[in-house]
Formats: sequence, C-alpha cells, structure tokens
Amino acid sequence: MAKIDALMSWKEVPVGCHAPEPGSTVHYKTGDWRSQRPLLHRDKCIYCGLCWVFCPEGCYQNMGPEEKYYKADLDFCKGCGICAHECPKDAIEMIPEEV
Amino acid sequence: MAGRTGIEVSLALSEAVKMADADVIAAYPITPQTHIVEHLAELVADGHLDAEFVPVESEHSAMSACVGSSAAGARTFTATSSQGLALMHEILYMAPALRLPIILAVANRALSAPISIWNDHSDIMAERDTGWIQLFAENGQEVFDLTLQAFRIGEDPQVLLPVAVNLDGFTLSHVIEPVVFPEQKVVDQFLPVYRPKVRLDPAKPVSMGVFGIPEIYTETKRATEAALLDSKAVILRVWDEFEALFGRKYRPIETYRAEDADTLLVAMGSVSETAMTAVDEMRAEGKKVGLVRIRLWRPFPDEEFKAAVAKARVLGVVDRSITPGSHAGPVFMEIRSLLYALPERPAVFGFSLGLGGRDVTRENFKYIYDQCQVLEDTGQDRYEMVGVME
Amino acid sequence: MTADALKDFQKLTAKTLPAEDMFAPGHRACQGCGEVLALRLLMKAVGPEAIAVSATGCMEVVSSTFPQTSWRVPWIHVAFENAAAAASGVEAGFKVMRRKGRIPDKKTAILAIAGDGGTADIGLQALSGALERGHDFVYICLDNEAYMNTGIQRSSSTPYGAMTTTSPPGKHSPLGQVTWKKNMPAIAAAHNIPYVATASPAYHLDMMNKVRKAVAIPGPAYVHIFSPCPTGWRMRPELSIESARLVVQTRAFPLYEVINGRYILNRKVSKPKPLKEYFQQQGRFRHLDDKAIAEIEARLHAEYDKIARLAAEGGPVKEEKEE
Repeated sequence: MAKIDALMSWKEVPVGCHAPEPGSTVHYKTGDWRSQRPLLHRDKCIYCGLCWVFCPEGCYQNMGPEEKYYKADLDFCKGCGICAHECPKDAIEMIPEEV
Repeated sequence: MAGRTGIEVSLALSEAVKMADADVIAAYPITPQTHIVEHLAELVADGHLDAEFVPVESEHSAMSACVGSSAAGARTFTATSSQGLALMHEILYMAPALRLPIILAVANRALSAPISIWNDHSDIMAERDTGWIQLFAENGQEVFDLTLQAFRIGEDPQVLLPVAVNLDGFTLSHVIEPVVFPEQKVVDQFLPVYRPKVRLDPAKPVSMGVFGIPEIYTETKRATEAALLDSKAVILRVWDEFEALFGRKYRPIETYRAEDADTLLVAMGSVSETAMTAVDEMRAEGKKVGLVRIRLWRPFPDEEFKAAVAKARVLGVVDRSITPGSHAGPVFMEIRSLLYALPERPAVFGFSLGLGGRDVTRENFKYIYDQCQVLEDTGQDRYEMVGVME
Repeated sequence: MTADALKDFQKLTAKTLPAEDMFAPGHRACQGCGEVLALRLLMKAVGPEAIAVSATGCMEVVSSTFPQTSWRVPWIHVAFENAAAAASGVEAGFKVMRRKGRIPDKKTAILAIAGDGGTADIGLQALSGALERGHDFVYICLDNEAYMNTGIQRSSSTPYGAMTTTSPPGKHSPLGQVTWKKNMPAIAAAHNIPYVATASPAYHLDMMNKVRKAVAIPGPAYVHIFSPCPTGWRMRPELSIESARLVVQTRAFPLYEVINGRYILNRKVSKPKPLKEYFQQQGRFRHLDDKAIAEIEARLHAEYDKIARLAAEGGPVKEEKEE
C-alpha cells in the first residue's frame, strides 16, 4: 500500500472538522518568509507604539514602561517594512535577512 | 390539540415543529410548502411558539441562516420545495460536513423547466448525495411523527446530522387527514432540550468551516460518511423509543403483503397508499404481488431491504423522477446496485412515472406488474417512463 | 436607542488600546497585507465577546488552514455570498437562546466579515436582506477593490481605471475597469439602518472606534473599510498604510459616518493632495495617462463634495476633524 499523504486518521478528525484550538496559527512560524528584517535604533525610539499598531502580523511586543520600546517577534515577521516606513522617527531600518 | 384531529397535513407538520419547541425558523415561501411556513409564522405571532421567525430573502439565505443558527446551538427548522431546494443546494452539503442538525421539510415538487408546481421527487433526488439523513412520509400521521423524530435523530450526540423529511407536494401537503396529536409532556419526554457539546460560544472558541487542504479533505469525508452510516443504529433506537411512548412503530423498510409475493412493487412516499390498493385488487385476482415501501432513503437500509425482497422473483421499482442519459431512475439504480453482488437475487426492473404532478393510479401499478412478468419471462431488460403520450 | 448607546460610548485612545489580539499571528496573509491589518485591529477593538462569520475570501483562507486557526473568538465560515445570512441565523439563535434562558443574558457582538466581492457582488442580496430585517449585527466590508483571493479579478468595487485580470487595459479597451466603484455605504444607508461608516486602517483609532460604535448601537450596522493589497495593486508592501492615508488625503475615499440617516464627515480634506501621488505607488494604475487621471480626479472630488454637502445639511458636529 502506497504511503498516504494525510494529516491524521479519519477517526481523529474533530467532529465537523472544526479547528479546536483558538489562535493556533501561532504554531506556524511565518518568519522564514522574509528577505529583510527590522532593526530598531533604540536611541531614536519614542515608544509611540505605531510599529505595534501597524504590523499586519501583530508580532510586535511591548517591552514595558521601563524598557520603553517595542520588539518584533522574528518568528512571525514577514519583513514587509510597514513598521520602518511608518515610524515617525525613522528609528527602524530594514536590513537584509542573512541566509 | 391532543387527540385525533382532521387537519391539513402541512399544518400538522407545523404543529410538530411547535411541539418540538423549535428555536429558529428561517424560511422562504414556495408553493406547495407555503402553508407550513405560514402556519408557523402564525403560531409565533400568536405566542404559541417561542421562536425567531426569520423571513429570509431567498432559500439560499434560508439554509445559510439555518447553518448559522444551528452552529450557535439553536434548534433549527426550515422548509422548501423544488426550485427553493435547488437554490439551497450549495449550502446543503455544508450542514452534514459541519455536523449541524438542521431539520428540513421538503414538500416535493418537480424542478423546472417547464415550471411545474406539482409533485414529483426530482427536487430531493438532486440532493441525494448531500449527506443528509432523508426520510419519506406516506401519510399525514407519518409527516407529523417523522418531523418530531427528525429533531430527536438529528440532535442525538451520536448523530449530529441534518434530516430532510419528504412529503409529496399537494398530494400530501394539502390534503386533510386524521392525525393523532400526542400530549406535550410526552413529546417533551421524547425530545429533550437541545444542548450541543460544540457550538459558537465565546467561552470556548472554535473555528467552523475551515480551509481543508488535500491532506485532510478525504479523511473528513470518510468521517462524515461514517456518521451517516452509523446514524441508522440511532434511528432504529429512536423508533423503538417512539413506539414505546406513542404506540406507533416505524421501520426503515415497510412491507405490505410481501411475505409470499412473487412480484414486489417498490415505492417511496404517498403513492405507496395507491400501490397498496392496487396490490389488494391484484391479490383478489390471484396475483402474488406485494409492496415494499422505503421510508429511510439515506442512509439506505441495505440489510432491511435485502431481507424484504429475499424471496421475490421480480421487483418493479417505481421512481418519481428521472436521471436523463442513464438507464434508470435513481431508486431503481440504487436497488440494482445493492442487489448486484447477491448470488441469488430477483430480477429488477425500473419505471419512472408521476412526473410534474401527473396522477399515479392503480392502473399504473397493474401495468407495472404486468410489464414485470413480460420482461422477466422474455429475458428483456428495459427501463420505462410510464404513461408518456407517444 | 442609537443615542442611548452613543451617550455611554467610551472611545479608545492611543493609551487605552487593548494589548490582546483576537486574531493571532502565523496567518498566511501576504507581506504587508492591509486587509489583515485592518482585521487584526478591528478584532482587537471588538474583544473576546464576539462571534465572527466570514465569507470566503483572503481573510478566511489565510486564517483557517486546518487544523490551525488564527481566530481567538468563535468563528464560522459558510460560503462566499452568505456571510450576512449566516450571521442573521447566528443572531437569531443567540437571541432566542438568551430569551429561553439557555445561555447567559449578555451581549455578544455578531460580526459578518466579507471582502468587496462577498459584499457588493455575490453577497449583495444576503446583505440587503439582513439589513432590512434589522438583525443586531455588524457587517464589515474589507474592501481591497477586487477579487483578490482568486487572483485579482475585478469586482464592482474596483475603481474606475484600475487594472485587474478581468479588466486588463488593452489596445481595444485601454482604461482597464470601465465602471465606477459601486457605492456600498450609500446602498447600506438606503436601508435606513442606524449606523454606516467608512474607515481606513491608516486612521486606526477612527476605524477601531467606528467598529466599536457599530457593535454598541442596537440593530444593523455597516462599516466599509479600505484595505490595501500590495499583491493585487502591484505596490511595495511597506506602502500599505501610506496608501490608506493617501486615499483619504486625495479625497478618493472620504471618511464619514451616517448615524440615523445623518451624514457626518469625519475628515474634512480642504487641501486635497494630487490623485497622482496616490496612483503612482500602484502598478494597477500605471497604464493611465494624465488626461484619464484628471477625469478620475474630477469625479472623485465631485463624490467627496456630495458627502460634504450631505454632512453640511445636518449642521456642524464635533466629530469632524480637519485632515
């Protein structure tokens, strides 16, 4: 019998083929899509949060009122460059992704 | 309304939906289903049924709203016929795949063109492969009973599948028949409140209707089909419970004077009653003929059907629709295929008739009986559209 | 009822934006997708007490590859043309279950989310029916101006002069799309529903607050959100937000609300930027000459003026800001 290209036995499929775990796409790391990554120059950052607002992935994380900056989660960053383009202080630079 | 009442069958159906305490009715009117939904609207407006009556703007939206409502966890009902059922087609496939127990009454009516408002089974046969549980009623009492049972079957945690109850448009929906109505408390005993394990609930978010890549689609279809096949056991159990509470026994296949029959007619729906009269008349002439009535069409009750026809020499299968370009009507094809592998099997011949509301008569059944003898004796095989003016 | 809901309405500000996302990363949207950004932000604004009903389209496909889902609220996708009908059923089901005491008696926002295809074209009937019946739900049109998920084919929301694969500019027909964008907010408003709004993710607080208003106001609401698509518009991905800003600043996409029939212009654009500035970022307009652009610009200004006049009829309101 040839190998079957399936995810799971039919007996294991959830009833109705519902996806049971909310937000489970967090297990799918889209970070390997990118060819450039954001580099933050912290001295320029005014902690406005627009990078966090405008990221389509939602992968910026607030590092808190002590640290006063937002950090891109490179597991998910697709390198679109919106954060760099929208940053009011040009604090983010898109640099090539190292292969 | 307990006790035996003369009532238009459509209204009896609506009363069953009322007694079932349906939550949401989303429907669009189409002849000959209209009396069902009109009466339900009345029952809701008068406060006899606490439900949301959603007067959707098309049948496609009716079935879509039913999917939404059932997914939310509400007991959901709709009804349609013919073009309306055809318009629901896209969404019909989704209900079983999402395991949603929507109850649908179909007042069977011919599909256009030409436009016909009259009865045949072309509407439901076009939905044969949608994965719904499909039942055929023969008379008014059955319409009432099957509707109540449909909720119980579909919502059973082992089943969770939508159920279509078929009643012949006009010839059954619009006639007045005696129906025995049970007491509400017995209905409540039979049909508990619907409490689904999985529903759209912010406390337990699930995603329904996901994107199914090739690596999963086959397995989901196998799983849904297994649910349909396994539902038969639940249906039989429900029918036992129904008999215990209401005193009427239902079986997937019913037989009439079939035990010593040489020739068996096979029919679905209200023509069965005409067929039984014809059987009586032919029996009086000494012909050894009987009738097999299919009540459960999907999942098809293989074992029960084979048992019912085991001793017959010839089957004359009556179809109320056609499958152009093939050699048979759908019921005929189903039965031939089912019996093909048996080492000993009756000859099976197919006859389509009663299209677009043309009357099905005792003479038709006698003709079919006679044709079966001729075909079997002469070794011919022919599928026939009966009663066409040449 | 609308007035009561708005009286107690608390606006989100930059300081009070919720940290949590109801739409998780790991979705398969393109780099720089403006639509998924709008979706992420509006779901953030709505919060966890919501049911989302999606039409077939980019957002549905990128968010729900079995067995994963980006959705952190209950979600159902049925078909392409019936988000509004399915949402109507969800709303009816919740209403009656609350009434019969089977679920707690608290407000759950019901959102129908579709693209421009699933709204203005194949979804128009279901939308009209749901609006007319007065269900308490919010319909959100995420408008990226074409059928993007199937490969960039035109919709009735594709702007005049835009290139798509089924409105390609050619020798015989050089313009591309030869019809004007269907005015969906006006169609929604014609149903006399309590709340209609247009929004752009570049004005994210405005957009998020409009969606929250739509949820708070009882009855049907329609929110039309401009959603840049770098892939379909042949645009560099980092320009998504800038294009969503320029489209407002050039008057090509006015930001307004219609509250109980009364128009409110949220952003007055007294000194519009040249339309060319918006167009030149996008390959889908590359084939247009200056004459065509001037004609389009004149028409867009006229459309903006219409909205401004309707808003002026209602008298001055404090919701208006200068752009």
